[in-house]
Amino acid sequence: MADRYIEPDTPELRARWGNFAWTAENAEKAKEVVSRYPAGRQRSAVMPLLDLAQRQVGAELNTQGWLPIPVMEYIAAYLDMPVIRVVEVASFYTMYNIAPIGRFHVQVCGTTPCMLRGSDDLLETCKSRGMKKGHISEDGLWSFTEVECMGNCASAPMVQINDDNYEDLTSDRLNAVLDALARGETPKAGTQDPARHTVEPVGEPTNLVAMMTENHDYRSEW
Amino acid sequence: MALLDKDRIFTNLYGYQPWNLKEAQARGAWDNTKDLIARGRDAIIDEMKASGLRGRGGAGFPTGMKWSFMPKQPPLDQNGNPKPSFLVINADESEPGSCKDREIMRHDPHLLFEGALVAGFAMGARAAYIYIRGEYIREAEVLFAARDEAYAAGLLGKNACGSGYDFDVFVHRGAGAYICGEETAMIESLEGKKGQPRLKPPFPAGAGLYGCPTTVNNVESIAVAPTILRRGAAWFSSFGRENNKGTKLFQISGHVNRPCVVEEEMSIPFSELIERHCGGIRGGKDNLLAVIPGGSSVPLVPAAEIWDAPMDFDGLRAVGSGLGTAAVIVMDKSTDIVRAISRISYFYKHESCGQCTPCREGTGWMWRVMERLRTGDAEVEEIDMLQQVTKQVEGHTICALGDAAAWPIQGLIRHFRPELERRIAENVREAAE
Repeated sequence: MADRYIEPDTPELRARWGNFAWTAENAEKAKEVVSRYPAGRQRSAVMPLLDLAQRQVGAELNTQGWLPIPVMEYIAAYLDMPVIRVVEVASFYTMYNIAPIGRFHVQVCGTTPCMLRGSDDLLETCKSRGMKKGHISEDGLWSFTEVECMGNCASAPMVQINDDNYEDLTSDRLNAVLDALARGETPKAGTQDPARHTVEPVGEPTNLVAMMTENHDYRSEW
Repeated sequence: MALLDKDRIFTNLYGYQPWNLKEAQARGAWDNTKDLIARGRDAIIDEMKASGLRGRGGAGFPTGMKWSFMPKQPPLDQNGNPKPSFLVINADESEPGSCKDREIMRHDPHLLFEGALVAGFAMGARAAYIYIRGEYIREAEVLFAARDEAYAAGLLGKNACGSGYDFDVFVHRGAGAYICGEETAMIESLEGKKGQPRLKPPFPAGAGLYGCPTTVNNVESIAVAPTILRRGAAWFSSFGRENNKGTKLFQISGHVNRPCVVEEEMSIPFSELIERHCGGIRGGKDNLLAVIPGGSSVPLVPAAEIWDAPMDFDGLRAVGSGLGTAAVIVMDKSTDIVRAISRISYFYKHESCGQCTPCREGTGWMWRVMERLRTGDAEVEEIDMLQQVTKQVEGHTICALGDAAAWPIQGLIRHFRPELERRIAENVREAAE
């Protein structure tokens, strides 16, 4: 199991987050989310609502966002479920940050397919920039985690930073991405190999050549 | 003979063209879906059975048969009202090495939505939930947008495609738990709980999501269904060997010159797959050490045995492994094979849900011993002890995560025992010097 620790519930935390409530926009979104599930099954919405709350906290703090206990309590009340059931979910799923986090959450995939393609170099790159696993950098810009397989194995190694994936990385390419983020730019997501489009074999195409230039309809050839 | 482009189901696999409804329809998606539905439940299921399609999520259970397990008459709740049935689409692609459903969802999502309608109708489901792994953030955005397009066009929702059948599809995002790919854990998670697998029976087809009849299918299994129905079972089953029919998305990662995702014929020999699409093994054929042919949970296969093996369920079982999700992890001779497997052990330790003791304690224990074997800081007898512990974990847990944690280690011991012993011997010698 993953080792995770919830940020302690303190008077300061309560003072800061005790009045948490949806923004007008998120209140609409939350209502729509609950409507995806059958009547009386609103509890099913706990995962999408925790995500929404984390993003709202993130927008307020200008970080990736996290879930203080009072925010979890708000969700529990909103969905009419016991607080412990919300805490249980928030602490079980690793994408919910249950402790404060930095502006950019640099998640380096270290599982075997990425490892075989050089994720050690990426971990080293992060460390050489002063990042420390499980810590926020002093300027508040970076949080750094080694994560398990992210499902980008054919364009490994990869890093996910907040909502975007950066694939086919080398140490230099990762440095370029991180430098761009630090400058406040939005680097191009996806593969960082200039010769590659997505997950096709790089170089001479081996299949679906017609699709490269037009939205080809193969049905006439059936 | 190579699979021709005209016989590929996922023609926009690489996303060279937009995923949107208009373009997807121009490629053949949502083409008179009403007619497919008009064939009726039984005819659709019979066609799927005849196609020989086996589930693409790893276990390889025949898809048509799975659909037929759903009750013809809905069971009643305690108030005597009929219960709804659900289709849950497993898009929680998290098996290390697997990266095919991502390409379907971000580049051809309408194939998935059309398949959801057809499959949902065939099993009498009221709605489908697509459970997409949380880390697929941009992919989920595409799904939400494609779903809106399909609703706006009347393809989903009330009277879907003008078929007279009401069918809803919802997208549910996970939040980073591999275990939710197990079907009952997925159902728990959809209900807003921790993703811990349920004991079976009852099976989901009897009591699944919200206690209602439920079928859980992989993204690829659902997305290929409309094309199979249009082109016929005979077309689909013309590919692959007996019992291993159809086309399949292969995902090749690791030490090949050109890693990629590619749709190929089932039963294609490993060597052909690698030579045709991946530019061969890095450093040439002779540099191949071993292959994990079906995602991290299947045992590795040494170079000599994998080279000519047909890439299908039976062909890989014959070499002591499995097709799994067809996630082919290739390792050349530069690989620290013990570390490669130990890293997989760490993955299972990290992803164990903690419900069953053999898995919760066993995955951590096995990983710690693997780490010592990596440096040789162990006794030779511990190799046998590790083997025995994997046997204690395997088959003694509610779900297959325990098995999945055990098999890679068993594969390593079976094929690389001399390497483990060499490391121990060298470590002892170094300590003596």
